[in-house]
Amino acid sequence: MSEQTPAEGAGKVEGQPPGEWAPGPAQRLAIWQRAGGLFVPLLTTLLAFFIGGLVVLITTGKNPLRTYKAIFEGSGLNWFFEVGSYELRVPFTGASIPFPWNTNDFESLAALNLQQTLILWVPYVLTGLAVAFAFRCGMFNIGGQGQYIVGAIMAVWVGSELPGLPGLLHILLAVVAGALTGAVWAGIAGILKATVGAHEVISTIMLNWIALWVGVFLFGLGGPLQNDTQPSVPVSNDILDESKLKVFWGDPLLQGLHVGAFVGLAALVVYWISLNRTTLGYEVRAVGFNPEAARYGGISVARNYFLAMAISGTFAGLAGALDILGWQYRINTNDVQVSTVGFVGIAVALLGRNTAIGVGLAGLLFAALSTGTSTRNLDPEIFRPELATNLTSLIQGLVILFVGADVLILSLLNLRKRRRRVAEA
Amino acid sequence: MIERVLRRLPKGARAVAWLGVLVGVFAFWVALPPLHIRNPVVPILIGLVALALGVYAVTRRAGRPAWGAIVAAVAGAGLGYLATRSSISNLDQVVVWSALLAAMLRFATPLAFAAMGGIFSERSGVVNIGLEGMMLSGAFFGILAADKLDSWVLGLLAAAIAGGLMALIHAFFAIHLRADQIVSGFAINVLALGLTGYLFIDIYGGEGTPPNVDRIPNVHLGFLQDWYFIGPILGQLNLMIWLAFFTILLTWIVFFKTPIGLRIRAVGEHPRAAETVGISVYATRYAAVTLSGVLAALGGAYISIGFVNSFNQNMTVGRGYIALAAVIFGSWRPFGAAAAALLFGFSSALAQRLPAYSESAAVLFQSLPYVLTLIAVAGVIGRSIPPAAVGRPYKKQ
Repeated sequence: MSEQTPAEGAGKVEGQPPGEWAPGPAQRLAIWQRAGGLFVPLLTTLLAFFIGGLVVLITTGKNPLRTYKAIFEGSGLNWFFEVGSYELRVPFTGASIPFPWNTNDFESLAALNLQQTLILWVPYVLTGLAVAFAFRCGMFNIGGQGQYIVGAIMAVWVGSELPGLPGLLHILLAVVAGALTGAVWAGIAGILKATVGAHEVISTIMLNWIALWVGVFLFGLGGPLQNDTQPSVPVSNDILDESKLKVFWGDPLLQGLHVGAFVGLAALVVYWISLNRTTLGYEVRAVGFNPEAARYGGISVARNYFLAMAISGTFAGLAGALDILGWQYRINTNDVQVSTVGFVGIAVALLGRNTAIGVGLAGLLFAALSTGTSTRNLDPEIFRPELATNLTSLIQGLVILFVGADVLILSLLNLRKRRRRVAEA
Repeated sequence: MIERVLRRLPKGARAVAWLGVLVGVFAFWVALPPLHIRNPVVPILIGLVALALGVYAVTRRAGRPAWGAIVAAVAGAGLGYLATRSSISNLDQVVVWSALLAAMLRFATPLAFAAMGGIFSERSGVVNIGLEGMMLSGAFFGILAADKLDSWVLGLLAAAIAGGLMALIHAFFAIHLRADQIVSGFAINVLALGLTGYLFIDIYGGEGTPPNVDRIPNVHLGFLQDWYFIGPILGQLNLMIWLAFFTILLTWIVFFKTPIGLRIRAVGEHPRAAETVGISVYATRYAAVTLSGVLAALGGAYISIGFVNSFNQNMTVGRGYIALAAVIFGSWRPFGAAAAALLFGFSSALAQRLPAYSESAAVLFQSLPYVLTLIAVAGVIGRSIPPAAVGRPYKKQ
């Protein structure tokens, strides 16, 4: 038991049989941080990719490295290799200087692919933060998917109504409405946890499915928000042109990268600041580490449970709103049913170890994986995209599975350290 | 024997509460075929009677059934009123009792299998969010083996093995590696989704599973065929539906009538105490979790080779989560979970037929299981209280 001493006291919850160590999410984070920086997530990812490669090799006999290379190229990440090879002509002189990217370079395949990856990066990061924030308060928010859906529903509704509103105001209204709806949706689980102690995992799972069916109801044939002009298609109205987010890189007609990407970046910063530099964040983390101690220290545990869930929901609702306003512009019942963004968010938060930088990087990994294996981007000569899409799920599942085994990795590391200490002595 | 049954029946205020529930349901029923009462006063009056019974029971602190009576009274009267306003032809089209109940059994069977599995796992102290993935594995490997080996028996066997292996992964991470049980269960779902989808595309490609897969047979009960009402429901059921009834009964017997069940419950409530008296916590949990995977996979196999006769990517579409909801709604009890599975199955059956009224609104019935479970965990009508040690990794000493 000696290797767990710091967390041991923290893991004890009232009513728990004595002598058992049950680490909560926050204590697990502490373990992670002691288990060593980037090393463990990298190892986890490599192992998952290695097993995925074995599956490719065994089932299709294709070279997994070639497959992964094709996926990498499909994701557009190879664009970064070209950075610096562009030149910008200085006006009124004949000279040109090196510049990170070519603003005219819409057509480069790598740029197009990278735009797709970054478009996906936004919701992955935001739903990842939705999971991570609740984690830091000792809760597991599985409901990112539901919060994402209600945010998208609200955004598409606000975005397609109210013609004549100035563009910026309309966008702001739709984004805020989507984020707030996500907050309310997650807040239900938060209130239930705070008042009657209902386990947030169960309630958020239920809320996910309720959100899904509400979406199918609203946009289904004859539903209240179904398209006004196409009565036979189960799809929402298109949002108005004024409420579409500006595309700042790439061709708006070819689904370029929208300004929501900056919101994603800002959300990472907000996440870090609010957790590490505000009273709210301090209280949230205190509750996450040990609710009993926090209560003893005068922190209202119930209030923080509710707030943490609501803030989580805000992130996920924001993801839904940005997806609608940035590139989807409409939503159909099939989107509602097959979307897995919120679930990827769980993998992102777990792999990113609930830190801002980690979530940003893990989001990029999974976004690249999704884009690289999509039917549009993967070269079918090298690997069938339908197979590769499932390979993505497989790798995601393995990553989540291995990330969960942190205690094992920690004990292995500790074992090695102890051996070394014994050897030194 | 009869005396023993009578002794178990609710008494006093609880009996009044249950009577209120029945009267509330009756208020709705009178307005439906075959009775077809068209006067809206009748269901409302009956509903008021049920409400009175419910209020009486609430004041006498009869707990969950009392609140259930009030809900049943309001819902029964309201729905009964709506039914009297609706056209008879629509009613006749939607409410075909024998077809509705047969469909309910079909929808409830996979849920019941997985829910029994969930009870085994959770009662032993291991949260099993992975039911969905285990069901999906069962559905795929069941049809794969039934197709390639041309035998539904081997199909079921393969499903059970696949589900058991999936559960074993969950068990290894949750028990030995003391991983967060929710994380590893969730990982199983994602993993199963990827694995079955991958193999499905790899083996069957775009064409899908062949139409002539050997399927689980229906049980023809010739002597029942002509019975009024019961015949059309029970006369032609799939073998797996009967097996589901059997499994529910067996689960109850194992849990409450055998030492094995006592051990599983002890491990789930207080593992340290269980270990002190010589029960192996690890072995019990491994066995319970593996069994839960086997049962969930059988439910999945019923979907693919008993019900639909084909496989599609992610074909269980959340049934594992509904089963989980049934476990919680049924308070981790076999009969409670089975009743919840039937209720959820009924709501699916109804959702399938309601489009006669409104295509879009019928869909909302699909969310009924989740809403009810949310209400149940919220404790509005009696709290569902999980086993004490569920979700807590155990460290041997």
